[in-house]
Amino acid sequence: MHKSVKHGLITATAWVVLSTTAMAADTLTLAGLGGKVQDDLTATLFKPSAEKIGAELRTESHDGIAAVRVQVQSGAPGWDVAHLGAEDCAIGAAEGLFEPIDYSVVNGEGVPEGVRAKNWIATNTYSVVLAWRTDKYGDNPPKDWKDFWDVEKFPGRRALSVYPQEMMEIALLGDGVARDQVYPLDTKRSLAAIAKIKPSVSVWWTSGAQSAQLLKDGEVDMEAIWGSRIAGVIADGAPVKFTYQDGVIGFGCVAILKGSKNVAAAQKFVANIVSPEIQARIPTMMGYYGPSNKKAFEAKQFSADVLAQSNASPENAAKQVTMQPTWWSENIQDVQEDFKNLIVQ
Amino acid sequence: MTMVLNHPGIADAEPNADALKRRGSRERRALASLTLPGAILIFLVLILPIGWLFWLSFFGPSGEATLENYARMLKPIYVRTFISTFEVAGLVTLVCVLLGYPVAYLLSQLSERTAGLLMIFVVLPFWTSVLVRTYAWLVLLQRTGLVNTWLIDAGVISTPLPLVHNMLGTVIGMVHVMLPFLILPLYASMRAIDPVYMRAAANCGATPSQAFRQVFLPMSLPGLTAGIALVFVLCLGFFVTPALLGGGRVAMWAMQIANNISVYGNWGAASALGVVLLVVTAIILYAFKRLFRVDTFEGVR
Repeated sequence: MHKSVKHGLITATAWVVLSTTAMAADTLTLAGLGGKVQDDLTATLFKPSAEKIGAELRTESHDGIAAVRVQVQSGAPGWDVAHLGAEDCAIGAAEGLFEPIDYSVVNGEGVPEGVRAKNWIATNTYSVVLAWRTDKYGDNPPKDWKDFWDVEKFPGRRALSVYPQEMMEIALLGDGVARDQVYPLDTKRSLAAIAKIKPSVSVWWTSGAQSAQLLKDGEVDMEAIWGSRIAGVIADGAPVKFTYQDGVIGFGCVAILKGSKNVAAAQKFVANIVSPEIQARIPTMMGYYGPSNKKAFEAKQFSADVLAQSNASPENAAKQVTMQPTWWSENIQDVQEDFKNLIVQ
Repeated sequence: MTMVLNHPGIADAEPNADALKRRGSRERRALASLTLPGAILIFLVLILPIGWLFWLSFFGPSGEATLENYARMLKPIYVRTFISTFEVAGLVTLVCVLLGYPVAYLLSQLSERTAGLLMIFVVLPFWTSVLVRTYAWLVLLQRTGLVNTWLIDAGVISTPLPLVHNMLGTVIGMVHVMLPFLILPLYASMRAIDPVYMRAAANCGATPSQAFRQVFLPMSLPGLTAGIALVFVLCLGFFVTPALLGGGRVAMWAMQIANNISVYGNWGAASALGVVLLVVTAIILYAFKRLFRVDTFEGVR
C-alpha cells in the first residue's frame, strides 16, 4: 500500500514533468488582427491545424505590422506566427522580419504564386465589393465600377476607403481598364479617375465598422466595402445588395517571426493551415471569405448556396481581380501619400 | 525696543548667518533629494524616450544617417496636413473659449453647492470613452441622423444638412471632448477672484460691464490662457475623432504619424513627424508665454 502510493506519486510526478516539457516545446503563439475575424480564423484554421500537430495554441492580437516589427526587433519575440494582411506580409518580408517558409514541409500547391512567397503564405481571401441601397436604385442597380463612376446614370452619394489599397484597383476598373490589365497599376490614371469621382464621394471610410454603418443607415447610396462586412448589414435587414462582379480579392497571410524558438513546429503549423483539407473549412464556416488554396474546392463538395456566397469559389473568383500584394509593398509609400493628398480638403 | 533687540544682534550676526546659511542649503539639498525618485522616473520614461525618438529620426531604413525623414515633409500632403492640424486645433480652441468662458463664469457666480451640481454635467463626458462619444455624434449628425430628421420633420429644411463627415463634424466632436479641459482651469481661477474687487469697482462708479471688462476679465486671464494652451496642445494630437467625423477629408498630423509607422520600415520616418510637431508646439507655447507673460500650464502670473 505504502509502496504503491509512493510508486504512484513518482509516476505522477514523472508524467507531469514529461507532459509539461512536451507542452513547452510545442506551444505556438499566434498573433492576429483581433476581433471577430480572428475568432473565426482561429476556429476554422488555426485551432484544427495546431491540434493536428499536437501543439498547444495561444492567440494574441496586434494592431498591424508595426507591432510585429517591435516584437522581432526586441530579439525575443513573444509570438511565433503572425497573421496579417498580405501587403503587410510583403512589407515585413522586405524588412527581413520573417523566417523563410520551408516549402519542403509546406505544400503550397494550389495557393496562387503571387501570394506564396519566400517568407510568407496566404491563408485566406476576402473581397472588396460594390454594394448599394436597393431603396435607392431598385431594379436598376449599378453592375460594376464603371456604373459606380457614372454619376449621371447613377446619381447618389458614394463612399470609398481612405486607404489606397483596392481603391486604386477599382478606380482603374471604373475608368474602363480590363480586369487582366489592372496590374501593374497605372497610378497616374488611377489617381485621375479618383479625382473625377471625388465630388460624389461623401465619405472616405477609415474602418470596416464605419463602412457597414454608412450603408446600413443610408448615409451613402453605394460604396466599396469588404464583403464580410456586407453580411452583417444584410443580416440586420437593411435594404442592401452587393455584387462580386469586378470585386478585388485580397489575402490574409501568415509568416513566422524571426527569432521564434518554435520555427520547426511553426512550419508544420503553417503547412496544415494552407492544406486543402483545413482550407476547405472556410467556405462553410466563414461566409463571404474564401480559401487561399484553390484545391480546397476539390477537397470537399459544397452546396450551391455556399459556392455562391464564398468570394473565392471558381465562379465568383472569375468575376474578380486578384490583388498583388508585392506590387503594393513596393509602391505603398508613394501611392499612399499621393492618394491621401488627393482626398484631403 | 528695536534698539534693545538689535544691539546684541550686531555682534553675533556674522557667525549666526553663516550657520543659518549652511543649514539652509543643507535643507534645500535634502528637500531636492526628495524629488530625486520623481526626477529619475521622468528622465527614464519621458526625457530618454523623447531623446531616442529625436535620435532615430536622423536614420534611414538601412540604418544610414540621413535627413530624408525631414526632407519628406516638404511633400504637399505633409505640408497640407501640418497646416490643417493647426487650423483644426485653433478653431476648436476658439469655439471652446466662446462656449466655455460663459459656462465657467456662470459656475463661478453660483453658490458652491449649485456649481458643484452643475459641474457634474461638465465632467460627465470625461467618464465616457471618446470612441463612444464620437459614434454618438455620428448618430446625431449624419444625413439620416436625429438632428437632420427633426429639422426636416419640423419643416425647417427640405434636404439634410451636411453636418458630419467634414470639418464641421470634426470641430463639433472635438469641442465636445475638449470643453472640460478649458472650463476646469478657468473655473478654478475665477473662483479665486475675490468678489470684493467687483464691489470695489462698483463703489468707484463702474457699471457692471465695465467692472467685468476692467477687473474680472484681466483677473481670469491666467486661467483662460492655461485652458487655451491645454486645449490647443491636446487638439494637435487628436486621432480618433477627426478620423471618424472628418469623413477622411480632415487630415491630422497624428494620422500621418500612424500611417508612416505602418508604411515605412524605419521608425525614423514617423519619429521625424513627432519631433517636428513637438518642436513647433514648444515654440508656440513659448511665444504664448512671452506674449501673455503667464506660466501657461500653471495659470499663475
